[in-house]
Amino acid sequence: MGKYAAPGQPGSVVTYRDRYDHFIGGEHVPPAKGEYFANPTPVTGEEFTEIARGTAEDVDRALDAAHGAARAWGRTSPADRANVLNKVADRIEANLEALAVAETWENGKPIRETLAADLPLAVDHFRYFAGVIRAQEGGISQIDEDLVAYHFQEPLGVVGQIIPWNFPLLMAVWKLAPALAAGNAVVLKPAEQTPASIHVLMDLIADLLPPGVVNVVNGFGVEAGKPLASSRRVAKVAFTGETTTGRLIMQYASENIIPVTLELGGKSPNLFFSDVAAQRDAFYDKALEGFTMFALNQGEVCTCPSRALIQSEIYDQFLGDALERTRAIKQGNPLDTETMIGAQASNDQLEKILSYIDIGKQEGARVLTGGERADLGGELSGGYYVTPTVFEGHNKMRIFQEEIFGPVVAVTSFSDYDDALKTANDTLYGLGAGVWSRDGSVAYRAGRDIQAGRVWVNNYHAYPAHAAFGGYKQSGIGRENHRVMLDHYQQTKNLLVSYSPNALGFF
Amino acid sequence: MPRVALTREAADVLRRLLADHGDLMFHQSGGCCDGSAPMCYPAGEFRTGSSDVHLGDLAVDSSVVPVWMSAAQFEYWSHTHLTIDVVPGRGSGFSLEAPLGMRFLVRSRLLDEVEL
Repeated sequence: MGKYAAPGQPGSVVTYRDRYDHFIGGEHVPPAKGEYFANPTPVTGEEFTEIARGTAEDVDRALDAAHGAARAWGRTSPADRANVLNKVADRIEANLEALAVAETWENGKPIRETLAADLPLAVDHFRYFAGVIRAQEGGISQIDEDLVAYHFQEPLGVVGQIIPWNFPLLMAVWKLAPALAAGNAVVLKPAEQTPASIHVLMDLIADLLPPGVVNVVNGFGVEAGKPLASSRRVAKVAFTGETTTGRLIMQYASENIIPVTLELGGKSPNLFFSDVAAQRDAFYDKALEGFTMFALNQGEVCTCPSRALIQSEIYDQFLGDALERTRAIKQGNPLDTETMIGAQASNDQLEKILSYIDIGKQEGARVLTGGERADLGGELSGGYYVTPTVFEGHNKMRIFQEEIFGPVVAVTSFSDYDDALKTANDTLYGLGAGVWSRDGSVAYRAGRDIQAGRVWVNNYHAYPAHAAFGGYKQSGIGRENHRVMLDHYQQTKNLLVSYSPNALGFF
Repeated sequence: MPRVALTREAADVLRRLLADHGDLMFHQSGGCCDGSAPMCYPAGEFRTGSSDVHLGDLAVDSSVVPVWMSAAQFEYWSHTHLTIDVVPGRGSGFSLEAPLGMRFLVRSRLLDEVEL
């Protein structure tokens, strides 16, 4: 316990280089146009490294490398690929503290989260897909006595992956592990807000991967992401981000007739039925923590429980206790192990959150706590901090309908089950939801009636591998974090074989 | 009644982008990460359709920049007026301004009764 030294400072467990090139074909490759962009840490707002500003030429070079590697990689045995994935997992685990500090410095999230969640989940994710690829089986369908359909899974080839900035390492791993397990080569474009920590990871694992199997091209979305997403040389695009970009990626994909998987955000309802407050016990305490989960990762989670719906009978009391819990959140230096909420990932994210707090107030929502930028003093004054904010209002307000992607929860009440579900489902999105009740039947029914891909029942914000994750409605297409993701990275090859010696008799 | 407007700073950025990319358009994004923000593209880059609403046009010198939003999202936004502003930043999906170190942002106010 205590405070980690910032990367590069005396005593730090990790050091960033002054500059990062692309990682292409197993080598560090300077950008074709020779330009770099500065990368600040949201912790202090100061720049700590510079990053290759990739363009279409760099994407092409990475695609060359990936195509050069894809065939051999796709023909390795599942056991060999699983071994590589397991070794990657072991390497991350052995360097977990260094990667956690690097990730916190990059993104602004508290070190206790990177140590306890982001990196352990990344380790487990590689191990999970090492396991499922070993266990995957094709199929045999006997059509009739003489005709047999064999079904094989084959890799797609070369895939493009565009990674968000809210979990720079974990979201990269969510996409890399199934793609590599399935035998694909990857060109990966990290977010321009968090372009550096992936290179700390690549430095650690580069020797474990055949050159060209994983390629990282940095740069801005319009300059590097677009050439990747619209390339005729990728067999699939995986993207996590916002709806308009998701639509644009689907439009590009339609030109090339390739599949996409999209994870596009949400406005997740968190339902608290009245029996939650039947006793002041461990479960009640757990439910209050469940409410406060809106502040996890500074609210920069697609499944942030950003709408809390509380049954009228317990509304005042539960909300009062929840506000007390919210005010107890410790905001501070993300590298301090006591810190519970860190910095927003970028200045523009900070500005956007503040603009939503403004429209919330204009619409008549009441700020019950928080609602402002936090100045933490000293070197942290330049960082991007927002106090955990609780609004009270109604579901037609924009703060109830739009993803703010900050530590802001909008609270309203409901009268009964039908009212709860009507409000919960009155949203464009369907990624996550929470249901809290001591009545198993109510919890089950609500969980089934909410139109969302992930409903947490009596818990929230757990992301174990082996639990499918993805959206209904405008929240996207596909299911990550589960064996089914292999299907999104594989073709189905059918061999239809006749064992009959006789002609059909048609000609 | 106009539903959309532009700050002077945002207009300056648009002038630079118009010079580099020709005609432009905005589509207001929903959702995660860099969403809930206006995306600026070369005109026609993003295909709008019957699921979109044309909120209005922004005049920048002799150019006209249309602003679009998905119809489903508009149902929740229709009572607000949007002003496109710009702040220092970088995240923006495939939006054109990111390499300038700028990020378009929407500032909102409620439409008054006359405007509605």
